[in-house]
Amino acid sequence: MLDGTIIAQTLLSGVLIGFIYALVAVGLTLIYGVMDIVNFAHGEFLMLSMYVVFWLYALAGLDPMVSLPISVAVMFVVGVVTHKLVVRPVLRAPMSAQIFVTFGLMVFMRNGAQFLWSPNYRLIQTPLVAGRLELFGLFVGKPQLVAALGALITTGLVFWFLKRTETGRTLQAVAEDQDAAALMGINPDRTFMLAWGIGAACVGVAGALLANYYYIFPTVGNTFVLMAFVAVALGGFGSVPGALLAGVIIGVVEVLTGLFISPAFKNITAYVLYMVVVLVRPRGLLGEW
Amino acid sequence: MADTTLTEGAAGAPARKPFPLAGVAVPLLALALLAYPFVFRLPFQHNLMILVFLYASLGQAWNILGGYAGQSSLGHAAFFGVGAYASSLLLVKFGIVPWVGMLAGGLVAVALSLLIGYPSFRLKGHYFVIATIVLAEIIYILFTNWPFAGGAEGLFLPLLPEGVVNFEFHSSKIPYYYIIFAILAVVTTVVFFVERSKLGFYFRAIREDPDAARSLGIDITRYKLIAMALSAFFTGVCGTFYAQFVLFIEPNNSLNFMLSVLIMLIPVFGGSGTLWGPILGAFILIPLSEFTRVYLSGAGRAIDLTLYGLLIMLVAIFEPRGLWAVVTRFRSRETLKWRFWKSQV
Repeated sequence: MLDGTIIAQTLLSGVLIGFIYALVAVGLTLIYGVMDIVNFAHGEFLMLSMYVVFWLYALAGLDPMVSLPISVAVMFVVGVVTHKLVVRPVLRAPMSAQIFVTFGLMVFMRNGAQFLWSPNYRLIQTPLVAGRLELFGLFVGKPQLVAALGALITTGLVFWFLKRTETGRTLQAVAEDQDAAALMGINPDRTFMLAWGIGAACVGVAGALLANYYYIFPTVGNTFVLMAFVAVALGGFGSVPGALLAGVIIGVVEVLTGLFISPAFKNITAYVLYMVVVLVRPRGLLGEW
Repeated sequence: MADTTLTEGAAGAPARKPFPLAGVAVPLLALALLAYPFVFRLPFQHNLMILVFLYASLGQAWNILGGYAGQSSLGHAAFFGVGAYASSLLLVKFGIVPWVGMLAGGLVAVALSLLIGYPSFRLKGHYFVIATIVLAEIIYILFTNWPFAGGAEGLFLPLLPEGVVNFEFHSSKIPYYYIIFAILAVVTTVVFFVERSKLGFYFRAIREDPDAARSLGIDITRYKLIAMALSAFFTGVCGTFYAQFVLFIEPNNSLNFMLSVLIMLIPVFGGSGTLWGPILGAFILIPLSEFTRVYLSGAGRAIDLTLYGLLIMLVAIFEPRGLWAVVTRFRSRETLKWRFWKSQV
């Protein structure tokens, strides 16, 4: 029963979901790398972007693939506003205040969504991208494939932006040494805003891609963000390629646990992985910043 | 050491003997609370205060670790849950009275806390917070998939004849009121003495600057573990109380992540690292939650938690030391005014 096809099929689905974890983690790691703040509300950003896409579909009839750019724009603004209103006031405050503030945002957004839109599970019934493909004897859902490719491309774009553009390099400079960067004429505050904007825009992409096939509910961000925490730690805090690699590893580990042990325990291995990584190799696999 | 430095967290100004809080206000407040169930007789009013005391106790327990020792845990639901499950399983499967179960629950929580604390105390800041979330999440998943403990469906506690021995009261909630009041009094007394003892100074030293504390010869891990164990013990005891109060436990009511958030939120809102902060936090947040639930919406709309999220953001931005810091600032200003008027006479 447990033949090669099943294992290959499982691995494939693990890799596909892994790219999504990676994209969520990229946003998280970018904000962390640039300003040393963990955005505990990151999963709620994902949830919000999925609802944005859902309501555009339900009220205006827009397909998720059409509303993807809208979701990205909305989330960019959400990220920038979060920085301005919520994060900037606590930049000089003690670490605990920085933790509590994004935590408060998480609690606020998650329960606000439940208040406004009820805890019901929603699904986009008839997306443009639907059905499945057969590749080398393996079946792949088209939405899953599109989501994975979209996540991969976005991650690549973010990486290219950081390494190859002037603005991207300013982000790296601020991550390296904020004061030195400020002396070189880089405005740290503007850079922080940009990091939040791009970090949130990443989940804007992820949310729109997920909305094609995933249920939408107020706590949907929880699993994804926990996996993203693991990915960020495993990949190395601040590293984009690390987040990509780690996302895929976690996706694969998760589905293999589901296959060989029990689907109920599929998250546990990822959590254990987090503990092992932060204790044994806190720098992560590709920690650079 | 002279105890003149101990006016808790006084904000700036020379806060010499402000309002005699400990001497007058505390006994008065305690008397008022002891009389409360006979003045307000509705079950809703009893229920409300039982919840206030429960969350105040939980917040106070969290305060030992998160407030004084500065290790913000977001996994306290795990200790609460194992406390609830330990006593309930002992009762359901072996017929052991919940009072023994309560002690067992506290001890199991301590054991778990040491197991969790030993590895995670090597981590700092965000790493530690995420570790506590992740470990509590593991406990949640394990209990959800543990048939002996009822799995996801949970455990119903047997309805026994009411009485102190059985720790079950059906005709009136007043006994629960006094039990949880006693628990709160005990935790608060423990915190009161910890705050003034060498232990409390070590905790604060670790919170303010772990490296400096270590260089002064404080065994950081050991004292963090002591803080964690104390904190977990009382959290576990509260878990047992909760199980006996609602007579039904499941992973979602006793191990849920939002419960961890709530346990952290109450002391942080009221003022973590202060004796009265968690109590103040519970006295404001729990009634707020109950009243919004009653007047603004039905159950399940989560408007109370939405408000909590907003409040915690505001507190973190405007007064990270919590509401109690505002009170002490006000008190010290009052004394300044008072001294001014006295000098005029």
